[in-house]
Amino acid sequence: MNTEKATPDSDARTEPHNAVGRPGRLAAYQPTLIGGGAVLLSIAVWQLIAAAQVVSPLFLPAPTEIVKAYVQMFHDPEIWLDLETSGLEVLYGFGLAVVIGLPMGIVMGWYRPIRYALDPFIAFFYSTPRIALTPLMVIWLGIGIWSKVAVIFLGAFFPIAINAMAGIRSLDPLLLRAARSFGARDAQIFRTIALPGTVPFILTGIRLGVGHALIGLVVAELIAAQYGIGKLMEDSFDVFNMATGFAALILIAVTGVVLTIAIQRLERRFDAWRPNQ
Amino acid sequence: MTGFDGIKLSARGVCIHYWQERSHRSFCAVDGVSMDVRDGEFVAIVGPSGCGKTTFLNAIDGLIPISAGSLSLSGRPIKGPGHDRAMVFQHPSLLPWRTVLANVAYGLEIQGRVDRHEARERAHAFVRMVGLERFEDHFPLELSGGMQQRVNLARALATDPELMLLDEPFAALDAQTREYMQLELLRIWGEARKTAVFITHDIKEAIYLANRVIVFTARPGRVKLTLDIDLPRPRELRVKRTPHFLEYEDAIWSAIEEESTLAKVVTI
Repeated sequence: MNTEKATPDSDARTEPHNAVGRPGRLAAYQPTLIGGGAVLLSIAVWQLIAAAQVVSPLFLPAPTEIVKAYVQMFHDPEIWLDLETSGLEVLYGFGLAVVIGLPMGIVMGWYRPIRYALDPFIAFFYSTPRIALTPLMVIWLGIGIWSKVAVIFLGAFFPIAINAMAGIRSLDPLLLRAARSFGARDAQIFRTIALPGTVPFILTGIRLGVGHALIGLVVAELIAAQYGIGKLMEDSFDVFNMATGFAALILIAVTGVVLTIAIQRLERRFDAWRPNQ
Repeated sequence: MTGFDGIKLSARGVCIHYWQERSHRSFCAVDGVSMDVRDGEFVAIVGPSGCGKTTFLNAIDGLIPISAGSLSLSGRPIKGPGHDRAMVFQHPSLLPWRTVLANVAYGLEIQGRVDRHEARERAHAFVRMVGLERFEDHFPLELSGGMQQRVNLARALATDPELMLLDEPFAALDAQTREYMQLELLRIWGEARKTAVFITHDIKEAIYLANRVIVFTARPGRVKLTLDIDLPRPRELRVKRTPHFLEYEDAIWSAIEEESTLAKVVTI
């Protein structure tokens, strides 16, 4: 706390250390410390189990083996092709889902007739296990990246569009009335109330969309692909190269975690106006 | 601009009908209300809950259309919301993601009559007028109910309307805050010099604030009684205990009581 610019009501001397609800010095790091500790502990236990040969290394590779697999993996130039392929598939599929899903969700929330027109289709596709459409996408679009792009798009599109629509529809009618009372035109209401009020919903949709996109990526690559991290995982497990398979699996999972945390940060930034819970 | 003989708001035989989805019939909320509000006047409308007083105010603001009669401001008929009126809502209706200052600037920003810089300057001035200069950068959810209503008031004042419309702005506040806000409103009104129509179901509040109190009947709303309040200004809260004040209160009470017995409702 900055005590140099103390004002009469925030004087350092008058601020007790045991004020109710005042967090301790380490409180901010508590989640990271405990969470990180738990991860390290479980890796250690895993290593011990592997070293004791309780489970055959054929089924469960030791963490050290996985690290070795990473070193080996990145010595082979083919990994870059896998990373590039998967990366592009997610970029295109997820990018399209945002570019199309976001405006569509907003328009559906804003204009009732459009919602009535599109609701049956949304309901149909939302209830379909879209991941099961992968074979169809392969038939339609081939085993190149576009079948994967399509599956990822189908996965990410719906949470993004549906959340954006829900955001617009849950706008506070009292705020709309206040804006109208000041003579706001529709475009102004959209810019000053609908958009800022919908941002938290949009970010939630995008966060859920990332999860669906990564699931789509892996499943689609398992079914038919030439390159890609999912394909690498599949190929490795097929020949009982457990260490490389796990390495690919962890790579995908960590990507998901990192993206989710980044979006959560963004969500918290846009929530600055909400008082601390 | 004022119409001849300084009349700001003129209502002639205003009727407002609502369509009720449940009963598939329309019902009459306001029935033939006529009144004039002169320039600089503070008029309070009191009446039992559901008497159509808020409906009437919404019509003056142009948020809902009238079914019959005429409403005009300074001689111009009211057709929709306009820059010449500003509403202080019962619910603060502040944009939660905007700071106090940005909320006060909101009306100006929407109406686009002044540039960004001037809007900010004016917002500063009105935040100061309602006594929130230390909270300019706070968000509405960090403020108490009374403070939120001050922001609501400042937002309306900042647009410099010809007519202020206040819809039970203190109804949700606790008794002490409410009295204090009444005192504050009179101070601010004295500074801002605005013609005002104030809706309330609190008789004391109406007498304390207004030059003239108009009593509405129970549904449908009609003008039951018009009472000029001849109490000197500036008024302190003490005035509420003077015999003169109590006489006014008594007159309004008996009008409402009479109405209640007629309508067989005693809700106020």
